[in-house]
Amino acid sequence: MSTDETGQGGAQAHEGAGEFQEPGLSGVPEQKLVQLITPAGERVSHPEFDLWVQDITDEQLCSLFEDMTVIRRIDVEATALQRQGELALWPPLLGQEAAQIGSGRSLRGDDFVFSSYRENGVAYCRGVDLTDLLRVWRGNASGGWDPYAINMATPQIIIGAQTLHATGYAMGIQNDGADSVAVTYFGDGATSEGDVNEAMVFAASFQAPVVFFCTNNHWAISEPVRLQSHIQLADRAAGFGIPSLRVDGNDVLAVMAATRVALDRARRGGGPTFIEAVTYRMGPHTTADDPTRYRDANELEDWAAKDPISRVAALLERKGLLTDELQDHVRNTADAVAREMRKGCTTMPDPQPMDVFKHVYSSPNSWLDRQQDHYARYLASFGDPAGAVSEEGAR
Amino acid sequence: MTAMTFARAINAGLRKSLDHDPKVVLLGEDIGTLGGVFRVTDGLQKDFGKHRVVDTPLAESAIVGAAVGLAYRGYRPVVEIQFDGFIYPAFDQIVSQVAKLHYRTRGAVKMPITIRVPFGGGIGSPEHHSESPEAYFTHTSGLRVVTVSNPQDAYTVIQQAIASDDPVLYFEPKRRYHDKGEVDEAAGLDAADPMGQARVLTDGTDVTLVAYGPLVKTALDAASAAADEGISIQVIDLRSLAPVDYDTVVASVRKTGRLVITHEAGQSGGLGAEVAASITERCFYHLEAAPVRVTGFDIPYPYSKLEMHHLPGLDRILDGVDRALGRPNSLSGLEG
Repeated sequence: MSTDETGQGGAQAHEGAGEFQEPGLSGVPEQKLVQLITPAGERVSHPEFDLWVQDITDEQLCSLFEDMTVIRRIDVEATALQRQGELALWPPLLGQEAAQIGSGRSLRGDDFVFSSYRENGVAYCRGVDLTDLLRVWRGNASGGWDPYAINMATPQIIIGAQTLHATGYAMGIQNDGADSVAVTYFGDGATSEGDVNEAMVFAASFQAPVVFFCTNNHWAISEPVRLQSHIQLADRAAGFGIPSLRVDGNDVLAVMAATRVALDRARRGGGPTFIEAVTYRMGPHTTADDPTRYRDANELEDWAAKDPISRVAALLERKGLLTDELQDHVRNTADAVAREMRKGCTTMPDPQPMDVFKHVYSSPNSWLDRQQDHYARYLASFGDPAGAVSEEGAR
Repeated sequence: MTAMTFARAINAGLRKSLDHDPKVVLLGEDIGTLGGVFRVTDGLQKDFGKHRVVDTPLAESAIVGAAVGLAYRGYRPVVEIQFDGFIYPAFDQIVSQVAKLHYRTRGAVKMPITIRVPFGGGIGSPEHHSESPEAYFTHTSGLRVVTVSNPQDAYTVIQQAIASDDPVLYFEPKRRYHDKGEVDEAAGLDAADPMGQARVLTDGTDVTLVAYGPLVKTALDAASAAADEGISIQVIDLRSLAPVDYDTVVASVRKTGRLVITHEAGQSGGLGAEVAASITERCFYHLEAAPVRVTGFDIPYPYSKLEMHHLPGLDRILDGVDRALGRPNSLSGLEG
């Protein structure tokens, strides 16, 4: 379902964005991408969406540029930490900075995010502690932070499972009579999961204040988006009776506008919205993946030309805002964040052996208490408990 | 004390929890206007409103997944899975989310979710309506699994489950829904036995007979029949399946030296195996005979004309008791 905000008027306003249009496979009329900044950094007007970002000052635009640069730096640093053996794994977000910052910076503190494992930029927007961001990936915990501290659930690894949690949370918001919103992030692959489809059924049925933010980065590990769907992902929403928006996910202003439209609708009791942010996973699925086995280098090159940060830099340049001072400031901020994160990572204390039993239950459990007691006795029977779990053994 | 059916007792317990805590919400298919296919939630939507007793679309994963989100928001959701065999679409949400979120968030997020599951056979239904899937969940860390065998427990334990900060699967023996019993609605939870505690129902000296849910009644009938033959059986109603209250079972087996376990679920990898192994570990030198399991077969739940062959009945349980006692039985003379 195309909404007022993305109506045909919008599509006509930027036919120059033709390079983003993909050939349809289904014969279903397709929504055109909403774009406010071209890859060359030109601010193009849009009759509906302009209204939603007209309050964004030059200063705020510089701040979005800074945020995107910082999370790219976080991503590069974390990837390096993995290569250096400090992290077990890392899921890079390279190329998806606009999708994450544009949406993440649109949220209110009392909104609640249920994301996948790649939304580290959104977590940054929520104010996550940088050490907490890496806790899972270093193998120190199954969840890095207290969800209530930043109103964001810890990363969900089961594909799409979190969309149901967001929907249930939104039903709770509704019951409470509050005007906050649950926002769930998931990828193109997730749209094939039953949970995502069930979440949309529930959200539509109860008109729950939830935003389905689908980051279409074109790849689910090695599977291209067309394996998942023969229509645009945004068009799937219509079947559930959920209005959808399809935006250039590499355009931070377009993403921000779309997110604000969806949040506003939810806050006013208008129910769920589905946003498809069309972007590209420039890196591997995770640091354990090798994308050269399944995708064409030319494709990567095409998308590199649509880089989300370069285009904001180009826009800032056109506006005379990309000063040396700004660039120095942004670079220094990014470096400082990376340094702080690296320090937090490498000085993170290892968990203690008996921590393995902690928090399985919130109350005493006779089965587990007995196992814990026996294991403590076992460890105590070794002079060096670390020896007890080495491959060579300590006996 | 009021005489009421099993189903009515659960209804009364749910009502009490809804009254007591505004954060309690019920979710499920047909639980509102209809009052549930077994009428367990009869009248609750009328009295508490559509936002607290919610008829949901038909999607079990979503019912449980939405409960997770509600729990994040501070609610205490009570989910009804309409029939045992319908729980599998929700399996991931139960074992990967409900069970693990407290651990994943290092205790920050609690999952006080109760999942009500009518279970077990003996009601003449087609496939998927008579299963006993409890072992899938007793094997899953992070969950508590309980079942009840009488209206008083049904009334009390549902409230304890809802009050628990850990997620609870509450299995309801559906073929006992219409059995009547006395329920003390005035008794508070403080005076009740803790949810995790097993209960010794008869004071016997020859054999310990462990049962739960729908087979507790059968076990009691078997104990009574055995008494006529001069055999003294101590019947234990497990009540909690995860964790099992082994202290109670151990104390009994140390006295009787013989253990029979019965359940409707198939044998291999079932709860009986777990109880037999744990009791053997803890009571090996007190055992006079190998533990005996009297269970359903390792088959898909059969069509109703044959279900009574699958379900352990009074005589099969007594045959198991004979085996434990070394008395002549159906397997006499068979080795291994």
